[in-house]
Amino acid sequence: MGHAAIVGIGHSRFGRAPDKQLHELAWQAIRQALQDAGVTQRDIQFLVVGNAGGWSSELLPAVVVGEYAGLTPVGSMRVEAACASGSAALRAAATAVESGKADIALAVGVEKMTESTTMQIVEMIGRAGSFFWEFEHFGLTFPGYYAMYATAYMHEYRAKEEDLAAVAVKNHYYASLNPYAHFQKQITIEDVMKSRYVAWPLKLYDCSPQTDGAAAVVVASEEMAKKLTDTPIWIRAQGVATGTANLSKRDNFLSLEPAVLAAEQAYKQVGIERSQSYKYFDVAEVHDCFTIAEIIAYEDLGFVERGQGYALAREGETYKGGRIPVNLDGGLKAKGHPIAATGVSMAVELTKQLRQQNPESRQADIKKGLAVAHNIGGTGHYAYVTIFSLNKDVRFT
Amino acid sequence: MSSKEEIERMVNQWLRFVEELMRNEGLPIVPDEKTGDPIWVDVRDMRFKYLIPVKRIKKFFDGLREGKVYATKCPVKGIYYFPPQADCPACMDENVEWVEIKGEGELITFTKIFIKPFSFMHYPDYIVAIARMDEGFNILCWLSTDNPEEVKPGMRVKLVVKRREPEGFFSYYLEPSTPS
Repeated sequence: MGHAAIVGIGHSRFGRAPDKQLHELAWQAIRQALQDAGVTQRDIQFLVVGNAGGWSSELLPAVVVGEYAGLTPVGSMRVEAACASGSAALRAAATAVESGKADIALAVGVEKMTESTTMQIVEMIGRAGSFFWEFEHFGLTFPGYYAMYATAYMHEYRAKEEDLAAVAVKNHYYASLNPYAHFQKQITIEDVMKSRYVAWPLKLYDCSPQTDGAAAVVVASEEMAKKLTDTPIWIRAQGVATGTANLSKRDNFLSLEPAVLAAEQAYKQVGIERSQSYKYFDVAEVHDCFTIAEIIAYEDLGFVERGQGYALAREGETYKGGRIPVNLDGGLKAKGHPIAATGVSMAVELTKQLRQQNPESRQADIKKGLAVAHNIGGTGHYAYVTIFSLNKDVRFT
Repeated sequence: MSSKEEIERMVNQWLRFVEELMRNEGLPIVPDEKTGDPIWVDVRDMRFKYLIPVKRIKKFFDGLREGKVYATKCPVKGIYYFPPQADCPACMDENVEWVEIKGEGELITFTKIFIKPFSFMHYPDYIVAIARMDEGFNILCWLSTDNPEEVKPGMRVKLVVKRREPEGFFSYYLEPSTPS
């Protein structure tokens, strides 16, 4: 197998976009990515579009995006892995390149959520699990699923709602420094605590918003990457695992098992020791669709021991300069979470971090040249852990 | 929070406004509520009603009508399936047995849903819980109790069958066990 590198990145502004349709939003990101890579549509040999859809009107988003972006007749497909659809798109594009089936591929993640009302979105997203046994009878909502993790976690480790709030405060802080983020204002612990319950113990400010957005990356083979750029960002390793559809089929609610498995797979490929994993990375992006999800992610990735994730958040150890900086772009919580755009957005952000292109205030110190993205689909239904590297061959023993 | 009827009334009122606007202006274009950007309001409606086959797990629903909750169990490997399934992927067979769940267990986790899906807005705020039954498998369903503040992970619970009102279909619920 060959190597695949990110050689071009593009990102729309995240937020409500009542001025753009799905394909117009995707084009914002695609245009930037092609220009950043210094390639044209004619150079793209495979197009993968991540889009969860349902709330937006287009049924065949890959075709619609391809047509609008001048990519027809490039071979394409749409991929779905719920909130990890973006990482799935990246995987499909990277696999095409690594296998030699394409020299250059384009991975796009796009979601146009606000084409539907909040009411329709709540009705639809509650079905993201095991429809008949969870939604049809019991009316679960997306915050409801994660709230059950929060209840179990808080009970087991004596964590408090304020501890969860610390994640929201951090991510809003970084979003306020990121012009592409949905939320541009900082918040306090009190703001979170005063917000209304959505699904106890989660409150409105524990939740990521409904967001429109798109992100795109150009992925190239080793030979092409070296022609196109001096700083290719290598997709060094990726682990993938899947959880049960029905939450009740899981053994515990303190960890997302597929995330642990995906991390183990990715770490093994690079020789990273799980218990010390934070020492290997300059920066991380984790899937904080809810505050509790970021805390569990710290533990699932091995940044901290079990039951200590909330202390890491409370003590500010995931700010820039801490044990490991996490979500310096504002995360899903405050940058916004346009479902399928999120995984590609993580790849864009970590590429910028490794290229040291962010403003000082939210640029991690790049000393090791390694970064990790943790992208979860559904409530631990899909898990993708991806390691990005400045060094193609990095391996620890 | 608005009731289901209020929301329905507001939506219908808004749709009438769009229809009138389309008739007068010749286009179904309204300003976005926050930015004023022009938004085309889809003229077509699509209504979904899924038709879900339950033939192979019909015994489960027959059981509910008799006040019983069934799981299936693989006679070869001894694995319980809940929700019940007719196929056993472990032994590649479909000779599962139907077993009545004893109905006692321990609460693992729960949440109370405040922001409800539209199709659930006619119910009072409800608690969704997951319990580990004494047989070793978990059940996810509503937990009904007169003392919601006493609900805690680790508490003993029992499984009961009740009709879901106002619709009147049989469903299963967890309840706190009465201390013996």
